[in-house]
Amino acid sequence: MTDVAHEREEGRVIPITTAPSYAEPEPLAKALAFLRRRLTGDYEVDEFGYDPELTDKVVLEMLRPIYRRWFRVEPVELQNVPREGGALVVANHSGTLPVDALMLQVAMHDEVGRALRLLGADLVYQLPVLSHLSRKTGHTLACPEDADRLLRKGELVGVFPEGFKGVGKAFSERYELQRFGRGGFVASAIRAGVPIVPTAIVGAEEIYPKIGDLKVLARALGVPYLPITPFFPLFGPLGLVPLPSKWMIEFGEPIRTDEYDPSAADDPMLVFNLTDHVREAIQQLLNELRLRRGHAFPPFF
Amino acid sequence: MTHTVLVTGVSRHIGARVASVLAADPGISRVIGVDTVPPPTLTRDGGVSLGRTEFVRVDLRSSDIAEVIEAADIDTVVHMSLVSAPSRSGGRTAMKEHNVIGTMQLLGACQRSAGVRRVVVRSTTAVYGSSPRDPAVFTEDLEPNVGGPVHGYAKDAAEVEGYVRGFARRRPDVTVSLLRFANFMGPGVDSPLTRYFTQPVQPTVFGFDPRLQFVHEDDAVEVLRRMATEDHPGTYNVAGAGVLLLSQCVRRAGRAPLPLFSPAFRALGDTVRRLGLVEYSPEQVRLMSYGRVVDTTRLELELGWRPKFSTGAAFDDYLRAHGLRPVGGAR
Repeated sequence: MTDVAHEREEGRVIPITTAPSYAEPEPLAKALAFLRRRLTGDYEVDEFGYDPELTDKVVLEMLRPIYRRWFRVEPVELQNVPREGGALVVANHSGTLPVDALMLQVAMHDEVGRALRLLGADLVYQLPVLSHLSRKTGHTLACPEDADRLLRKGELVGVFPEGFKGVGKAFSERYELQRFGRGGFVASAIRAGVPIVPTAIVGAEEIYPKIGDLKVLARALGVPYLPITPFFPLFGPLGLVPLPSKWMIEFGEPIRTDEYDPSAADDPMLVFNLTDHVREAIQQLLNELRLRRGHAFPPFF
Repeated sequence: MTHTVLVTGVSRHIGARVASVLAADPGISRVIGVDTVPPPTLTRDGGVSLGRTEFVRVDLRSSDIAEVIEAADIDTVVHMSLVSAPSRSGGRTAMKEHNVIGTMQLLGACQRSAGVRRVVVRSTTAVYGSSPRDPAVFTEDLEPNVGGPVHGYAKDAAEVEGYVRGFARRRPDVTVSLLRFANFMGPGVDSPLTRYFTQPVQPTVFGFDPRLQFVHEDDAVEVLRRMATEDHPGTYNVAGAGVLLLSQCVRRAGRAPLPLFSPAFRALGDTVRRLGLVEYSPEQVRLMSYGRVVDTTRLELELGWRPKFSTGAAFDDYLRAHGLRPVGGAR
């Protein structure tokens, strides 16, 4: 076949969805096909255990009403998130339970159209149920090998450098960024030459206001903290319902790392400086965004 | 250059297949297969034709192997004789002796020999262990943080690798290839894992869904053939592309999972082990909880070749051969 004929051939190809005889499959047929795939094990997961279909159709489907109706999450400056290629989203962590991680994932998936691959504490991977749910929804252990591998593959990686210090801090310290670990995430970004997107999440601080800590019991259970909130453990399981605060998530201007040589990741001074720079950028975003949001529980307060 | 190849472990499935492929290679003048027991006959027990392979019954734990290497003027050694589960008669002590002492004797003989140019050793990805604190994907130069092998087969393999590295240091003129295979899968493979999937009910650890990786027997044989006939020094992971979750495997096999809390899973494992049914070491309990995945880029770059079967395809081929299919599905 000549090139011209080939071109003509290609020109005739029309998407099947625009064919006159094409009918969108019935929702029921779709649901049955989904069930059949799940029951026969006929689906793909990546090497980290990420199951895109389960994440989109089941896990995120359950989170979407919470995202839209309960917290009324409002993402701003979405254009700062790269639409393709590796990037590292660095956000503040708060809220006693890591609900902010789930909401950030919904925002990325539904508003940007990208899967967010979070780096989690090793505690998560030791616990039953949580460990495999975490892997199936695309997340993995926070270690340099996994971070480098995901970034090299061009994935959008998310990290909360404050870790337990951030998510478990007292209500009185709300919106104050805690220490940023050892800056391992910055070293990974430099090695991969990917941009760092500083991200501020406002609203998560008010969902479970932590006013106390059952330290002895926490130690006995092997967890980092066991919170006391105005409603927990006073009202039992009912106290686990998060307060419906108003949320906003802002993505800051990406910080480039591709002008550094990958070997700069081994220069502690540079890594510390860049870590501080990212931390300051997030703190500033947080302060501005908190003012912009106003009251945590409109229209009541 | 004429080759004389020694293959250990030829009475086991993969060993026999490697020996027969090498025997069919016109570039190889002689293939000598050794094992502690004679190979199974062709008509029964699923034996594989060994072609012109000459079989010598040698107990690797004795120094007889040195005589074989000397007498036959061996230049390539393919060491496949690593057993993954204790035999019912011998138990764990015999298994350890067979694996570790056998390898020491073989490497000792190779070190003395002037003719040996190439040594290929079969190891396992189990040397990485399984743990919630290790990276999701292991590359060859990663050491496990915790959860490194402390029991059974994986510990034997780690010790064998130590002796192989020592040998490579002492004889830098010999090409040493160390292959870490994922679990073998395929129509002819008989391992604790393949036996597990044929059970009507599959006990799993509650709340965990490990990532598993398989390598098809055809691909394993091909990798070993290339390593035995070409120079590829170094350590390589060998596994099919992609991963399968245990839950996917169970569904594809059309079996029912039986989730047990990990203490119950361990207790059940101990019971069946005592009954001599299956080898359930603490290592396997960890694998069934945390899974293990390895990176195979190094092998693919070195050979300019990648396994024909992905992990999923290898498992499906095994299912087809055993007549297993998902509930209500045709595969």
